Amino acid sequence: MVAEVVAWALLMAGAFFLVTGALGMVRLPDVFTRMHAAGMTDTMGAGLILAGMCVYSGANFETVRLLLILGFLWFTSPIATHATAKAALSGGVRPFTLAGDGSGDGRTAEREGGAPS
Amino acid sequence: MTSNRAVWLWAILVAIWLLLSEQTQHLELLFILFGLTTCTVAVRVCVRMGVVDRESVPVHLAGRAVLYTPWLIWEVFKSNLRVARIILAPRIRVDPSIVHFRASQRTDLGRFIYANSITLTPGTVTTGIVADDLEVHAIVQTEIDGSEENDMNRRVTALEGEREG
Repeated sequence: MVAEVVAWALLMAGAFFLVTGALGMVRLPDVFTRMHAAGMTDTMGAGLILAGMCVYSGANFETVRLLLILGFLWFTSPIATHATAKAALSGGVRPFTLAGDGSGDGRTAEREGGAPS
Repeated sequence: MTSNRAVWLWAILVAIWLLLSEQTQHLELLFILFGLTTCTVAVRVCVRMGVVDRESVPVHLAGRAVLYTPWLIWEVFKSNLRVARIILAPRIRVDPSIVHFRASQRTDLGRFIYANSITLTPGTVTTGIVADDLEVHAIVQTEIDGSEENDMNRRVTALEGEREG
């Protein structure tokens, strides 16, 4: 019973980070700032949800599998993020900066062409 | 040294195979033999390819990684909250910039761990690395005063824990 409550709390917290990460993909101005939002879903979103599933399943082989998934995810996602950043930079995407725009508002930046279309 | 690492690799492969096959409840000799043979062949191939070295089987880091991992998870948690606050704010206030850090690790593996740790914490993404110079994209430049990165740099160097590559 206690384990179930903890599991659900972890699952909901993970879902919160997934939704926030998705919101960040829409709200942030360019590909580089959006990568930070994507990193949230990879680390805390997936991490908390897998932790919740671990608690829910109890200590057995499923837990080991879930932890392995989490381990692989935490090893591979930074490399994927890095590859995306590298591809964007060598593709000529200039990172959005305040100096180039003068406003801290992401929406303005997007309208004025700070973000790749 | 390589043979030592090969034994470690074999042990890790056997452990993963046992855990994933769930054969430990009703051990069947034939299955165990298949598993052990497969692991042995895989390790043999790896040794012949010459890919069993300090970078591919970093068992010498395992003990210190036990201390580093919880700290890293805590850092990831803290920076997740920071980025979540930026995204959920009524007005998006970002001040992205590319900053440079100096890595004090002595091996490529150490720098790899440092660069990946930076990327794993949301708010900072490593976009390039040349020798010991790390190029990092930060979502809020003013929040990067270098102290947290110095802390991480120091801890990764301690994790690496060696004099030369």
